[in-house]
Amino acid sequence: MSKKFLPLVLGAAMGAVAATAAGATTLEDVKAKGFIQCGVSQGLPGFSNPDAQGNWTGLDVDFCRAMAAAVFGDASAAKFTPLSAKERFTALQSGEVDVLPRNTTWTMSRDTQLGLNFAGVNYYDGQGFMVRKDLGVTSALELSGASVCTNTGTTTELNVADYFRANNMPYEIVAFEKADEVVAAYDAGRCDVYTTDASGLYAQRLKLTNPGDHMVLPEIISKEPLGPVVRQGDDEWFNIAKWTLNAMLNAEELGVSSENVDEMKSSDNPSIKRLLGVEGAYGEGIGLSNDWAYNIIKNVGNYEESFNANVGPDTPLGISRGVNALWNKGGFMYAPPIR
Amino acid sequence: MTSMERDTAEAPARASLINDPKARGYFYQAVLIVALVVSGYFIVTNTIANLERQNIASGWDFLENTAGFGTNQSLVEYSETSSYGWAIFVGFLNTLLVAVVGIFFATVVGFIVGVARLSNNWVISRIAYCYVELIRNIPLLLQIFFWYFAVLRAVPGKRDKWSFFFDTVHLNIAGLRGPKPIWEPGAEWIGFALILGIIASIVVSRWAHKRQDQTGQQFPVFWTAVGLIVGLPVLTYLVTGMPMHLEHPNFVETGPILRRGFELNVGINVIPEFLALTAALSIYTASFIAEIVRAGIQAVSHGQTEAAHALGLRNGPTLRLVVIPQAMRVIIPPLTSQYLNLTKNSSLAVAIAYPDLVSMGGTVLNQTGQAIEVIGIWMAVYLSLSLITSAFMNWYNQRMALVER
Amino acid sequence: MTNSEMFHIRTEEAPRLPAPISTTGAIGWMRQHLFSSIGNTILTVIGILIAYSLIAPLIQFALIDAVWSGENREACLPQDGGHSGACWAYVKAYFPQFIYGRYPTEEIWRVNIVYFLFAVLLVPLAIPSAPFKKANAILFLVVFPVVAYFLLTGLVIGDTVVLPIVETAVWGGLLVTLVIAVTGIVASLPLGIALALGRRSKMPIVKLVSIIFIEFWRGVPLITVLFMSSVMLPLFLPEGVTFDKLLRVLIGVTLFSAAYMAEVVRGGLQAIPKGQYEGAMALGLRFWPMMYLIILPQALKLVIPGIVNTFIGLFKDTTLVLIVGMFDLLGQIQSSFTDPTWSTPSQGHTGYLFAAIVFWCFCFGMSRYSIFMEKKLHTGHKR
Repeated sequence: MSKKFLPLVLGAAMGAVAATAAGATTLEDVKAKGFIQCGVSQGLPGFSNPDAQGNWTGLDVDFCRAMAAAVFGDASAAKFTPLSAKERFTALQSGEVDVLPRNTTWTMSRDTQLGLNFAGVNYYDGQGFMVRKDLGVTSALELSGASVCTNTGTTTELNVADYFRANNMPYEIVAFEKADEVVAAYDAGRCDVYTTDASGLYAQRLKLTNPGDHMVLPEIISKEPLGPVVRQGDDEWFNIAKWTLNAMLNAEELGVSSENVDEMKSSDNPSIKRLLGVEGAYGEGIGLSNDWAYNIIKNVGNYEESFNANVGPDTPLGISRGVNALWNKGGFMYAPPIR
Repeated sequence: MTSMERDTAEAPARASLINDPKARGYFYQAVLIVALVVSGYFIVTNTIANLERQNIASGWDFLENTAGFGTNQSLVEYSETSSYGWAIFVGFLNTLLVAVVGIFFATVVGFIVGVARLSNNWVISRIAYCYVELIRNIPLLLQIFFWYFAVLRAVPGKRDKWSFFFDTVHLNIAGLRGPKPIWEPGAEWIGFALILGIIASIVVSRWAHKRQDQTGQQFPVFWTAVGLIVGLPVLTYLVTGMPMHLEHPNFVETGPILRRGFELNVGINVIPEFLALTAALSIYTASFIAEIVRAGIQAVSHGQTEAAHALGLRNGPTLRLVVIPQAMRVIIPPLTSQYLNLTKNSSLAVAIAYPDLVSMGGTVLNQTGQAIEVIGIWMAVYLSLSLITSAFMNWYNQRMALVER
Repeated sequence: MTNSEMFHIRTEEAPRLPAPISTTGAIGWMRQHLFSSIGNTILTVIGILIAYSLIAPLIQFALIDAVWSGENREACLPQDGGHSGACWAYVKAYFPQFIYGRYPTEEIWRVNIVYFLFAVLLVPLAIPSAPFKKANAILFLVVFPVVAYFLLTGLVIGDTVVLPIVETAVWGGLLVTLVIAVTGIVASLPLGIALALGRRSKMPIVKLVSIIFIEFWRGVPLITVLFMSSVMLPLFLPEGVTFDKLLRVLIGVTLFSAAYMAEVVRGGLQAIPKGQYEGAMALGLRFWPMMYLIILPQALKLVIPGIVNTFIGLFKDTTLVLIVGMFDLLGQIQSSFTDPTWSTPSQGHTGYLFAAIVFWCFCFGMSRYSIFMEKKLHTGHKR
């Protein structure tokens, strides 16, 4: 019995091993299997969050769908792997996922020491604090002696240590493995303060029993540029990721949205013509078809649409554009031109 | 495979090499060694290639680097400027602490429930039965979540408290607060007195044992030992002019709301993560220990008790001298593995922010990316804890087993 | 006067009187079992108080104050500041996810077939008196895993899609719990037997390797094994080869439980009297035929309760995979807490209570079965 069974188990096991031929580029792999595998968070409203039916939504999810649209002309050719903070880089390095849009902060050590490349910034964030309104605290500098709940294994844990030390304030850190546990503990009153990226604070506030009883303090204590990550050493794939993001930003700047993109095809503006592949062969330059950006905008939308649908003022998160506005509207979002 | 060999081994006179169990033994072992070496080589070369390709550092140098993160419980001096190595050590001590405290409570509760299951009282034995069947059939992780997230919500918030023991011990969501002994110069004599008391008790007990063997006279060893171990330090404390006082926790009720509640770092604070983890671990493990204890007591035949009574022993000595020593022989081996299980299960601390070895190591792993080294440390530590515990328990078991004829 | 007049000798039995009321019936039983002494009475009262203080709030929460139907959190919010009971409406809304994870709705019939086959094949296998044991065992241990594998993951022959591929990332809930526990136990059985035989082998290196393997896996916590399989295993493989995350976890769990299985099987091997070995050898059987025909059938039958207990332990331990970011039943429940549509103060308690009930039913059922088998097997080996 055991003799017969073992080979069967091994046989079945081998079937699940995806051996990608060494040397093939990520684009070839992706085209061969017919979809893009994206590493996303395990559930962060507004960025990547599954609903009760298991459909993923969010800013990071839209980025992944945009890449799928650019490559296949089909935004649904994207699959999602939820990853913990601990696993995310290994999953990308080992090829388990093709791209990692997982609200990951761009830091020098990650960019240079882990064999990764950041394809840009799709959300400018910074670490903030959330407290109960009835504490009567109005500034983070009044938080001396507070207990602070946060996630372990992220830059936030280090930033908060630096901040309290720099301001000479004693504090108690309570660091959890998963974001849901941090929220639960903060909600239960274990901590006075909840700290994470400001966008995360707004998102997590929704999960509290009474979101209205809590407020986000004005201080932002760190720079957290969040962006999609790809493996180092595959420039073609790196370019596709980079220009997918840039196309969404340029589309917003040029006023091209999913609703008017078909009309815009006949626009006289040469920038729009180049973006939508009416003029020039920019898509071929990154190994795609020339209507790559058209597909992104048609299927997913421009950056503004994605932002407003997922995190914007009309969503439960209610985050204003702020620094994430375009460069000509007072923000940091500045995409190099397509030409 | 065997049938094939049987077919090929035709000439019985010379083919004995194939049939020779010794030679075949050597062959199998050689195959095993080759297989191990080849797979080991495969793994090591792949790992080295991967580390190089992904630019991940390797080696133990990272242990010296500054950790940069804080923790909510450390038994030794620790700050953000301490090294990674020290952070892991702090986690290790926390693991030891929760394991020791958990084992203590699990043993106490387990013995009580185990005896209660054999009680004549129907209500008590039913409760004990329900306890065992309920607790051991629910995953430990779920119980940890229950203690931490469900029970935590039921205790008072940070600006409030429940007080026990004449207002000396307080409980709220930030933990259990109690008075902290502050030692002054001269206090070391109390420690010496304690050690002296323990040594003297051992000497007295040996002497009493010898005397009973020779003359049959008994000596109240237990009460003498209590007197020596408790009395001597107390006496020293009084003689040296009371070189110790208690620092009571300070509960602030006025001022800004954030400052209200217990002042940080005054008195002893047991963090709620520790309380929840210890409660879950000891209650879960106690349900297994209870079954072990019950089986152990039931394994001692009733004839033993009757024989002891026939010899004129009263109930107390019967239990102490006849039943328990025999029951212990059955109890100890499985008890050891429960202690080990508890120690290993304490690694679930990672789910509720208790900074144990796995939790602290996990943070280090995240920050340095040196998975192999950190996981290696974890495994080495748990393996050595396991080996030490089983070695100690084997020794103890041998001593107990000597009672046998 | 005769002697017979001086002494009264009773020649027939005295009429039997009923026992005093205080020692029979309900009262007698209570006297004996509840109030036999003052101490006992106090214990009884304390016991009843403890039981009441634990059970009453539970019933209040789970049944009396519970909300059974509703569309969203509004239904389960505490009414006029009072206590809120269990929000079963939320469990109802999430029930499919707790059972199937995020498995595509139109493919769920495949999971149902697997559940059905599993139950249909397991039940006769578990009933000792059911016929066709051998055929049943082969179906369950060999055919079923293959069928289940293709049903769950999908089947594509050439270019024709027989069953659409469903990647393991969308599996979740009870499905993942059962897949991990069942695969872990079934795959670890042959490995465990090999290790147990290796540990009892006379070949020093085989013995040493087996001992090191067994003691290593038994000495480390499962959570470090899971971290190892999720973070370290990818480093061991050549570039470009990746394992599915579920498969990585399965490998870790299998190696881990194989060590425990080996010790269970070893116990069974040790319980086989030496005469059986000697008899087999006297018949001229070699090692493998002896094991296969004589020793293992007896030993494995003996250790069925031990295997079931290992399975219970593994079943409970599958909850740990949520720490490495997989969604087993508990993980799926925890992740549902983040849904704002159902976020109420009682949501967490309800979810944990539901998880506890499910796990308890499975584990308690299995432990009863293990006790039943133990009793059944015990009689055969009593001397």
